Amino acid sequence: MSVLAPQAPAEAPVEPMTGPPERRELTSVPGSGDRVFIGLMRLGAVGVVAVIAMVGLFLAVRAAQAISVAKFSFLTTQAWEPDIHHFGILGVGVNTILIALVAVVISLPVSLGLSLFISEIAPQRTKRLLVTMVDLMAAVPSVVYAIWGLEFLEGRSIGISRFLSSWFGWVPFFHVTAPGGAGGGETTFTASTFIVGMVVSLMVIPIQCSMMREGFSQAPIGEREGAYALGSTRWGMIRSVVLPFGRAGIIGGTMLGLGRALGETLAVYLIISPEFAINWHILQSGGHSISALIALRASDASPFETSALMAAGLALFLLTLGVNFIASAIVARSRSGADSDL
Amino acid sequence: MLPWRRSAAGAGGGATSGGTPGGTPGGTPGGTATPVAPAVPRAVPRRRPGRLAGAATMDLAGAVVAGLSVSWLCQHLTSFSGGFGFVVVAYLAFVAAYVALVSLRDDGPAVVDALMTVLLTSAAFLALGALVLVVGFTLWKGHTALVHWNFFTQDMSTVDAASPLSVGGVGHALVGTLWTVGIAVVLTVPIGIVTAVYLDETRTGPARFVRTVVQAMTALPTILAGLFIYASLILTLGFQKSGLAAGLALSVMMLPYIIRASELALRLVPGNLREASASLGAPRWRTMWNVVLPTARSGLATGVILGIARSIGEASPVLLTAGFTTYINVNPLQGPMVSLPLEALKLVGSGEPSLVVRGFACASFLLLVVLVLFVIARIVGGWGPGNQSPRQQRRAARASAHDQARLARLTGTAPGRTDSLAGQR
Repeated sequence: MSVLAPQAPAEAPVEPMTGPPERRELTSVPGSGDRVFIGLMRLGAVGVVAVIAMVGLFLAVRAAQAISVAKFSFLTTQAWEPDIHHFGILGVGVNTILIALVAVVISLPVSLGLSLFISEIAPQRTKRLLVTMVDLMAAVPSVVYAIWGLEFLEGRSIGISRFLSSWFGWVPFFHVTAPGGAGGGETTFTASTFIVGMVVSLMVIPIQCSMMREGFSQAPIGEREGAYALGSTRWGMIRSVVLPFGRAGIIGGTMLGLGRALGETLAVYLIISPEFAINWHILQSGGHSISALIALRASDASPFETSALMAAGLALFLLTLGVNFIASAIVARSRSGADSDL
Repeated sequence: MLPWRRSAAGAGGGATSGGTPGGTPGGTPGGTATPVAPAVPRAVPRRRPGRLAGAATMDLAGAVVAGLSVSWLCQHLTSFSGGFGFVVVAYLAFVAAYVALVSLRDDGPAVVDALMTVLLTSAAFLALGALVLVVGFTLWKGHTALVHWNFFTQDMSTVDAASPLSVGGVGHALVGTLWTVGIAVVLTVPIGIVTAVYLDETRTGPARFVRTVVQAMTALPTILAGLFIYASLILTLGFQKSGLAAGLALSVMMLPYIIRASELALRLVPGNLREASASLGAPRWRTMWNVVLPTARSGLATGVILGIARSIGEASPVLLTAGFTTYINVNPLQGPMVSLPLEALKLVGSGEPSLVVRGFACASFLLLVVLVLFVIARIVGGWGPGNQSPRQQRRAARASAHDQARLARLTGTAPGRTDSLAGQR
C-alpha cells in the first residue's frame, strides 16, 4: 500500500483497496471420465452400506415370526424349546457374555504385558520379531485354536479347574455344584465356560495387543524423556507417561476383544456342552453362546426354530454392534478415528 | 548418570581434538578461557542402557535356579503334582527370589522396576509360548496324515474310522476352499478397492458414515455372515446350499477387511504425488488410475493376501451355507461343498482317533497355507508405497526412454510444435 500510494492518481487515492477483492467462484466441472469415476465410487460405497443394512434387515424380517410369538418373554426366558414355543435368549445370552468375560479377563493382563513389552522393553530386533509373531497369532485360523482347545487344552486344564474350585470355591463363580463338588470326576470340569474362555482368549490377545500398542505409541517422546530426566525408572515412566497416554487404546482394545469374543463360534461349538439356563459356575461343565447355538441348530431346525435362531442372531448382531461402537468411540476420542492398523 | 556423561564427553573430545582444538565454545566471549578439555581417556567403561549388567544377569540366573529348586522340593515334599502345578510354583518362587535378590542391591523404585520388567516379559513369553504350543501341537498331531500324497487328491467318501491313512483325503475340501475363497476374492477385491478409493477421495459426512459402517462390519461375528446368506439366498430366494452361497458368505465377511486394508494402503500414498498429477492437468480418475493405485500397489496386494489368509481359515460362514459332503464336487452352483476349516472341524468333532488325526492334518495344511500367504504378504508389503521393484524400475526407465526419444523426434522434426506436447497424450 505504501508503495502503491504515491503512484495512485489524486482523485482516487485508496479506493480500489478498501473492499476485499471479489471472491472467485471455485467450481470444478468434472469431465465425463471423472463423472463415471465418482459414480463408480459412490456405487461401491452404497453397495457396502446396503450389504450391512441387508444383514440386519434379513435377520429382522426372518426373526419377526418368532418374536411375534415370544414377545417380551424372548428376553427373559432361560430355555430353548422353540417347537413348544418356550424359548428365549436370556440363558444363552448370559452364557455368551460369561465366556467373553472369562476370555477378556484372561487375555487382558497378557496382552497388556505383551504390548508393553513390545513397545517399551524389547530391543529393536526382538520387537520386529514379536510384532510378526503377534500378526501371525491373529492370522492363525480360529478352527485351529478350537481343535487345539478340544484335543490339547481340555484334558490338561482340569487340574487348574479343580485347583481353583477347591481353594477358591468361596468365590461364587468358582463354586462347583455338581455331585462330589471340587473332588468330583473329570466330567465335572470338562466342556466348561472356563476352558472355552481360555481358548477364546488366545484369539483375542492379538487384537487387543495391536490396539494397545497403537495407543502406547502415542505417548510423546518429550514426556517420556522428561520422566527419565526426573529420575524415573522405566516402570515409573511407563506408569506415569505411557499408560495414561495409552488409556484409550487399552480400553478400546479390550472392548474390541470383547466384541470378538462375543461372536466366536467354533471353539464354543466344539468344546462346550450346551446348556440353556444361565450357568454362573464357570468351572463347571455346561455353557453356551448364541453363535454356537446358531451353528449347532440351524442345519436341522424346523421353520419356526429357524426363525427363533434368526432372532438370536439379531440379538447377537445388536450386542456386538453396541460393544464395537462403544469401543470405536473410545478409540476415536484419542485420535483422528480414520486410521487403524488391521 | 554422571560417570557415563563424563566418559562420553571424554570420548567426544578425543575424537574431535585433532581437527578443531579448542572446541565449540571458543567463539563465545566468556568461554574462551575454558575450552573443552583435550582428550583425557578415562578408564570408565561406557554404560550401555538397555542391556543387562553382569549383576542383573546373575540375579536372573540365580532366581531361575531358586524357582526350579523350590518347585522340585514342593513336588517331592508335598502332595502337589502335575506339570502345570510345577510351572506355577516355579514361576512364583522365581519372581519372589528375583525380587529378593534385586532388593539386596537396590532400593524401592528399582525393585518395583525389576519386578514389573520380569512380569511384562513373562506375559510376552506366555503369549508366544501359547502360540508355539498351538502351532506345534497341531503340526505334530497332523504330520502323520499329511505325508501321504493321497491326502490331497482323494475324498472322504470311502473312509471310515478304521481306514488307514493311506486311503482317502481332503481333496473335496481343497476343491471347496478353492471355489469359495476364489468367489469371495473375485467379488470383494474390486468392490473393496472401489470403496476404499471412495473413502480416500471423499472426506465428507457420507464418507465418515461409510467408514463407521465398514468398521461395524469388521466386527460382525462371522457366523452372522453365514446366517445372513442362509436367510436371504437359501430361505428367501430358494437356492440350495452350495459353494456359491458359501463364497457369498465369505465375501460378506471378507469385504470390510479388504476395504480397511486398502484404505490404509491408499492413505500412505504421498499427497505431493497426487498434487503433481493434478497440476499436470490429469483428471481425478487418471490420477487415481495412473498415480495413486500403482503407488499403493504393494499395500493393496498385502491387504488382499491377508484378507485371503483370514477368509481361508474361516469355517463359521461356510458351516451354514455350504452344506457338507464327502465327495469331490467341482460345481459351485450345485450340490453341497465343504471347505478345509469346516472339514477339520467336523473330523475333530467326530472324536474318532483316526479321523481326529486327519482333522489335525487338515488344520496343519491350513496353517501352512496361511503361513505361506503371510510370508508372501511380508515380502510384497516390504516394498513401501512408491518403492519400485526392479522390474517396475526397468519398466519406468523404458517408458522414460521412450518419452525422451519421442520428444527428441518431435523437437527435431518440428521444433515449433513443442508447445502442444501436453495435448499429445
